[in-house]
Amino acid sequence: MFKKGLVLLLALTLVFTMLTGCAKPAPAPAPEAAPTPEATQAPTEPAKPAVSFGMITDVGGLGDKSFNDSAWDGMQKAGKELGVEPVILQSTKQEDYEANIGNMAQSVDLTIAVGFLMEQAMITGADQYPDKKFGIIDMVVAKPNVMSVVFKEHEGSFLVGVIAGLTTKSDVIGFVGGMELPLIKKFEAGFRAGVASVNPKAKVLVNYTGVFDNPDKGKEVALAQFKKKADVIYHASGACGIGVIQAADEQGFWAIGVDKDQSSESKNNKVLASMIKRVDVGTYTIAKSYADNNFGGGQILDLGVKEEGVGYSDGGNNIPAEVKAVADKYKAAIVDGTIVVPTNEDELKAFKPVEIK
Amino acid sequence: MENVGIMTIITIVFTATIRSATPLIFASLGGNFSEKSGVVNIGLEGIMTVGAFSAVFFSYKTGSPWAGLLGAIVVGALFGLLLAFLSINFKANQVVVGVAINILAASLTTFLLVEIWGRPGQTDNVNYFQAWGPFNLFTYLAFVMVAVSYYIIYKTPFGLRIRAVGEHPRAADTLGVNVYWIRYVCVTISGILAGIGGASLSIGSLSLFKEGMVAGKGFIALAALIFGKWNPVGAALACLFFGFADALQTVAADLPVPKEFLFALPYILTMLAVSGFIGKSVGPSASGIPYEKGER
Repeated sequence: MFKKGLVLLLALTLVFTMLTGCAKPAPAPAPEAAPTPEATQAPTEPAKPAVSFGMITDVGGLGDKSFNDSAWDGMQKAGKELGVEPVILQSTKQEDYEANIGNMAQSVDLTIAVGFLMEQAMITGADQYPDKKFGIIDMVVAKPNVMSVVFKEHEGSFLVGVIAGLTTKSDVIGFVGGMELPLIKKFEAGFRAGVASVNPKAKVLVNYTGVFDNPDKGKEVALAQFKKKADVIYHASGACGIGVIQAADEQGFWAIGVDKDQSSESKNNKVLASMIKRVDVGTYTIAKSYADNNFGGGQILDLGVKEEGVGYSDGGNNIPAEVKAVADKYKAAIVDGTIVVPTNEDELKAFKPVEIK
Repeated sequence: MENVGIMTIITIVFTATIRSATPLIFASLGGNFSEKSGVVNIGLEGIMTVGAFSAVFFSYKTGSPWAGLLGAIVVGALFGLLLAFLSINFKANQVVVGVAINILAASLTTFLLVEIWGRPGQTDNVNYFQAWGPFNLFTYLAFVMVAVSYYIIYKTPFGLRIRAVGEHPRAADTLGVNVYWIRYVCVTISGILAGIGGASLSIGSLSLFKEGMVAGKGFIALAALIFGKWNPVGAALACLFFGFADALQTVAADLPVPKEFLFALPYILTMLAVSGFIGKSVGPSASGIPYEKGER
């Protein structure tokens, strides 16, 4: 009997340590509980800002060195300027979205969800809390209390496509996508159009990993493309891209990063360029406009090359000057409307490569 | 794909198969030792998770992946001991303890991740075992371990005792075999192997730990164990089969099969395996039953 009781006790202890452990990663959504040493807990508080905002990550989570990290940068920048500590909740699976949005909306005034997968959850949340404000990145949610920020990823992808097309020696270029969704198809279409514009004989291998959070898979797919002679591989696959870049490090081909400058990810400086998507500008703009009482409910910000919302970066100093010069000419052509970058398969078929000397 | 030869595709699938199977092989060998001695190890998934985490942690602290491997072995062994302690000494329900270990591992690593790296999600890049040829150290080690495990279980007196304890502990006890001791050793070995399996993910194929990176591989390894009829060689072949299903995804674009089907294939195979598709697969008869000395 004694032993049985002891076993029960031990099992219960285990279960409870688990539960507390589970609660740990998601800091209590109450803003007071968030660690805000200098901002809100200072004894002489000069008119504590009345705004509070928080962000919900997608399943890639913080530390993806890409999409979610970039979004968080923007939040922190806004937070610093406004003297508030932004709150964060991480989604570890898609089922977390609705709960996270609900929890966040209960404790802060402005809830920003980053990731198009949260569309449905955002609609539910916005209906449930009509007097709270919401923001969503990468997706349009037409609700009066939601501000949407989307990007013209195809334009940025076009530019790195130009760079890839001019850099490849084997005339085989790889594209690694995450889930095969219209959003990622935009990256693919723009990229292929960019390659076709400068290097019509180059072939683009296209593979989708089916997930955004499995670096292992990204690596396998990249290695497979390398075996098929690809020497430049562009990824739009969230955390799978970590594996793509690691494969580039090991095998010596070029990787092209996405969302954020990913050159620091590569030990051997094998990130040729990165397609920059200023998710931070998106989150920052929403937070700032809210704090300035400028919140545009139902508004859609569509950030492209022209708005500096997308572009390319060369953190590793790997792009030759003449390639850069060509890429910048194409950039100018997109800005002035000479080139309309395709966003899907059909537009890509109709796209006439424009040659700029 | 006009200019990609069939040979290239075969090479890609072949190497990817072996790479994907590597962590599975370690884990299912671990499961094999444990179950052969009569202890069900549902905790493989969790032990792989802590193994993956500690491998990255020790490699991060020392800068040497070898230290990472050693760390994974030690921590894996400790978790094996925990399972052994609860299920042998206290005769707790082995399935419940295993599930508890899985949940404990997931939350413990998440917690430590925040404590050590200051953010959830994933760790920084650390030094890892770079590939030698198409594979890294772990893959070669995995195949060596298959042979070693087979030899130990079927060709040594110790292996005979393991099997006796797993099939009929009372009989073994009567003949002077220390049932508890054998089970302790086997469950600890199981923890070590699962820990190495986790390390093969985090400092073998990648160079970081990411929450949820084990992604059910511990359970697939258990399915492989059943599929392989509780035999190290059979289990390894089953792991290769699961690895093959995974590898097909990398060449999905070249195959005339819907991608969605290929993405679901490993799970479909797992279901087939556990639903007895391969015929009767009978485990050690005392597996899962705590042994009470002197009980009638």
